[in-house]
Amino acid sequence: MAIKIENLNYVYSPKTAYEKVALDKVNIEINDGDFIGLIGHTGSGKSTLVQHLNGLLKATSGAIYYNGQNIYSEGYNFKELRSKVGLVFQYPEHQLFGTTIFEDVAFGPSNQGLSKAEIDERTRKALDMVGISEDLYESSPFEISGGQKRRVAIAGVLAMEPEVLVLDEPTAGLDPKGRDEILEQISKLHLENNMTIVLVSHSMEDVAKYANRIIVMNNGQVKFNDEPKAVFSHYKELEEIGLAAPAVTYIMDGLKNIGFDIDVSATTIEEAKKEILSYISRVQ
Amino acid sequence: MIRDITIGQYYPAKSILHSLDPRVKLVGTFLYIISLFIVKHYTAYVLVTIFLLSAITLSKVPLKFIVKGLKQILILLIFTVGFNLFLTKGDPVVEFGFLTITDQGIITALKMGFRLIFLIIGSSLMTYTTTPNQLTDGLENLLAPLNKIKIPVHEIAMMMSIALRFIPILVEETDKIMKAQMARGADFESGNIIQRAKSLIPILVPLFVSAFRRANDLAMAMEARCYRGGKGRTKMKPLKYDKRDMITYFVMITFFILIISTRILF
Ligand SMILES: Nc1ncnc2c1ncn2[C@@H]1O[C@H](COP(=O)(O)OP(=O)(O)O)[C@@H](O)[C@H]1O
Ligand SMILES: [Mg+2]
Repeated sequence: MAIKIENLNYVYSPKTAYEKVALDKVNIEINDGDFIGLIGHTGSGKSTLVQHLNGLLKATSGAIYYNGQNIYSEGYNFKELRSKVGLVFQYPEHQLFGTTIFEDVAFGPSNQGLSKAEIDERTRKALDMVGISEDLYESSPFEISGGQKRRVAIAGVLAMEPEVLVLDEPTAGLDPKGRDEILEQISKLHLENNMTIVLVSHSMEDVAKYANRIIVMNNGQVKFNDEPKAVFSHYKELEEIGLAAPAVTYIMDGLKNIGFDIDVSATTIEEAKKEILSYISRVQ
Repeated sequence: MIRDITIGQYYPAKSILHSLDPRVKLVGTFLYIISLFIVKHYTAYVLVTIFLLSAITLSKVPLKFIVKGLKQILILLIFTVGFNLFLTKGDPVVEFGFLTITDQGIITALKMGFRLIFLIIGSSLMTYTTTPNQLTDGLENLLAPLNKIKIPVHEIAMMMSIALRFIPILVEETDKIMKAQMARGADFESGNIIQRAKSLIPILVPLFVSAFRRANDLAMAMEARCYRGGKGRTKMKPLKYDKRDMITYFVMITFFILIISTRILF
């Protein structure tokens, strides 16, 4: 088991007029090899939660275990934790600073105290993973396109070779093509490099296709924590907290309601297509 | 973290002080500060204390908050009191070695200490109860006569309110960038001076880029809404004096006269 979160509470600006309970008794387990979709309305506490995973925020109360070790225990090595649990912030391209793309991506590994050759190798590998070609290495990170910037920023975290990759809304503000590219690359990291992924999003469509488990947050609490089909079956409740199931869920449900005897648990277009085709062949 | 920095912080509450016209509070604070320079006799100190305590009560800002503001000037306070205590000439009360405390010293030290505390509490009470935007609005209005001598009062006020508006945004941005670089293993605490200065580059570059981007966006948004400077610009919420504002002016002037009279009478 990679990460275990126990009774986590977090309060912003405690004991002031701006006091805000952002996490309320959160209990989550993330296993090695999981692809978790962390979903919730804006302000539901997703970003706050993921900043706890690598120790950037310290819980008001509760505990987090990484590979069985409590990260709040005396003398815990946060620097090491941060290279094991890679966190890509929302709009990560706003944190680029290097004079060249290569230099920027190399920042993470060079903080890990590696040799120059290793830094070089990891940087190349990370840039390759996100599909940035070698002819761009020496360009400024400020003169490439928005989607490329974001991929460079993600490479900056990948270069540290984390075991768990946490991405906070990696598709925010991208066009559909850029969004699909990023999601496909994340899925590749999961399948080919066997990375544990936590993908934060407020769109069910984004995660339905990839996640093996979906965690729904609302008002700082975990509302659902189950496999996608099971979560989407609560689509009425999801709507109440400002979310929606993927469009196919509604289509399948609508078909069922007007009398077609089909299984409504499809979450992606492919599954829906298969189910509808099999229904047609069944009735013929 | 860095977010806890307070710069003239506003404390949201519904109180009489909050609802006063910012001009009244500005003029009132000004009179109050001048009167602090006039106080000399004990009765004046008592008067100021009573006045300040009633203002604090009326403001509904918790005492804890106000005391917290004093912490920032603690060192200044200690120095002021210390210097006055030891360096004032008079009849010695206690002597340790070369340091002597005189009766005059105790009195001056106490008076200076109280004045400083009164000054900080009084002026922070204004910023606690007035939003930065109200403050600049009030200032612009009060300083409007300076337009006659070609001082661009509106532009200065606009710059001030934009700057004030940007402080929390930039603080938040700095917080975010610092965290993002820490997630990449950045370390801002260890190393010698040169290493530490170098470790600031990954924060400062993105911060500058972001500040320019935001400034650009803001300028664009203002132009899109036909902003052309102060000339002929009307306000959605023009400042208007209420009955309670007049009463407050009256109270402030009475207070000021009382303080002056303690100086003349005693
Ligand atoms: N730095 C902060 N200081 C105070 N409150 C914050 C801060 N960051 C987030 N919050 C508040 O905490 C709550 C959860 O925010 P966040 O974790 O950013 O939600 P999400 O990522 O799901 O949109 C929100 O109500 C937000 O306003
Ligand atoms: Mg967020």
